[in-house]
Amino acid sequence: MPDPSISLLVNGASVSVTPGTTVAAAILMSGPRARISVTGEPRAPLCGMGICFECRATINGFAHRRSCQVLCEPGMDVRTA
Amino acid sequence: MKQHFDILVIGAGPAGIAAAVRAAESGARVGLLDDNPAPGGQIWRKGAALPAAARDWIAKLDASPVVRLHGWHVFAHPASGVLMAESTAATDREAAELHYDKLVLATGARERFLPFPGWTLPNVMGAGGLDAMVRGGLPISGKRVVVAGTGPLLLAVAAHLAHRGAKVVAICEQAPVGRLAAFSLRLLDQPGKVMQGINYRWASRNARFHTGCWPIAANGQGSLESVTLQRNDQQWDVACDYLACGYHLVPNLELPVLLGCRIQNGFVATDKWQQTSIPGVLCAGEPTGIGGVELAILEGQIAGLAAADRISVASGLVQKRSRFQGFVRALANAVELDPQLRTLPSAETIVCRCEDVPFHVLGGYSSQRDAKLHTRCGMGPCQGRICGAATQFLFGWGADSVRPPVLTASFSSLAAASCAAGHASNDILNQNRKDTHTL
Ligand SMILES: Cc1cc2nc3c(=O)[nH]c(=O)nc-3n(C[C@H](O)[C@H](O)[C@H](O)COP(=O)(O)OP(=O)(O)OC[C@H]3O[C@@H](n4cnc5c(N)ncnc54)[C@H](O)[C@@H]3O)c2cc1C
Ligand code: FES
Repeated sequence: MPDPSISLLVNGASVSVTPGTTVAAAILMSGPRARISVTGEPRAPLCGMGICFECRATINGFAHRRSCQVLCEPGMDVRTA
Repeated sequence: MKQHFDILVIGAGPAGIAAAVRAAESGARVGLLDDNPAPGGQIWRKGAALPAAARDWIAKLDASPVVRLHGWHVFAHPASGVLMAESTAATDREAAELHYDKLVLATGARERFLPFPGWTLPNVMGAGGLDAMVRGGLPISGKRVVVAGTGPLLLAVAAHLAHRGAKVVAICEQAPVGRLAAFSLRLLDQPGKVMQGINYRWASRNARFHTGCWPIAANGQGSLESVTLQRNDQQWDVACDYLACGYHLVPNLELPVLLGCRIQNGFVATDKWQQTSIPGVLCAGEPTGIGGVELAILEGQIAGLAAADRISVASGLVQKRSRFQGFVRALANAVELDPQLRTLPSAETIVCRCEDVPFHVLGGYSSQRDAKLHTRCGMGPCQGRICGAATQFLFGWGADSVRPPVLTASFSSLAAASCAAGHASNDILNQNRKDTHTL
């Protein structure tokens, strides 16, 4: 496996990933869930392809981004609920 | 941003890439738009070794003058010859107004999900869903995975995950063995597909393969720990880290429906040149019938050539395409859902994951629209893309009509769409204020 070379923050904790990694994958590497549902259940990616919206997170201050459609970039700040 | 194209192609999967490349050969100004960060659609996703055909088509695309818009999703059709798209990039919400003379819709398909107790737990994903996550960098080596649902995708996913070091502990196909055998016989005139199937099964040979079998529950505290499988009257638990469960594919029809294309038996109706019922709007790939990548490439080429008025070149491919018709039918028969799957949800099982609508409140409604108004089922950000296919199977409801935008968009993009419509009406804004708030 190539050396991890991108560092980003997920909920304040540093995560290292290889280039081409989606933010959704980085979220799952650092914890079990991406969001809390309207009745309080933990939720994580389902479809992996931008359809279900279960992976949405706040990325660099932009809320509700579908993290499976976004590639990690150095220094990104990702927040989950 | 505002752009004009002679031919605009939506969807950069195999069908869209083939359409754009062939359309551009004529010298037309061609645009290719997709909501993913890179071309390839579902099957030619990065993160796995690409087959020769994929490398070949992507190289042709790279060498072509096609204008590529990756990371944009189309959300509205404010006026004839105009589509609105919004950036999916992390940090901007730019809107684009795209004008076209001809349009090729190559929007592909998504997985069908059926609700069962525990399916909302983290680490329960689609089969293609887990595959896509792994291609997107999710570490899978050493993880125990149950692959379940129906369709050829299951073996492909199991093979890929095993190759990446996952322990595929079971593969559960809902179809009975007799139907699968009939399908395999039907494939004998497609040696390439038979070899692919054999290779996939070989790659995942350490996993138990069960037919007529499906998960009835996913269990765990906060995250998945095990699944309960059922075959006939037997039930047993299997410990696992991931459940990859998808019940074949359903076409992405939102955009064709929004444009007014006629739908027949659940798919976009096209003539032999891939022309839909709307003049100047063509459709190729999975929305016209689930038939796999070779058919998608053929249809894409025919659509691209026909859109560029190169009918004589396209006619050679029309003949080839007819060979796949039997395969499309045979596949649909093979993956037909067992009616017992309708009993999967318990009263409390959530059907609409966006709004957390449980199964028991949905009985008694006559349509998706009716249920949506009373229960908010299908009202959330995914706009019924996940629960719609499930309620269609569970209750026999037809698809809801599509109202713009086909995906939730920001206020500024919606405002741009209203402007593009060339009238002061704020219909789109008003219709969606509520939905956008729920995001
Ligand atoms: C999750 C998943 C995984 C799959 N994996 C495999 C596999 O491993 N092996 C296999 O043989 N087959 C697989 N398939 C089947 C596969 O869909 C087809 O064989 C093939 O990809 C069809 O090509 P296509 O061009 O018709 O559609 P697709 O490849 O689905 O391409 C359609 C593209 O259009 C985009 N799009 C749709 N709507 C919009 C919009 N409004 N705005 C912008 N872009 C839009 C989509 O994001 C997508 O990139 C998979 C299918 C799915 C759903
Ligand atoms: S996982 Fe479904 S939208 Fe990202």
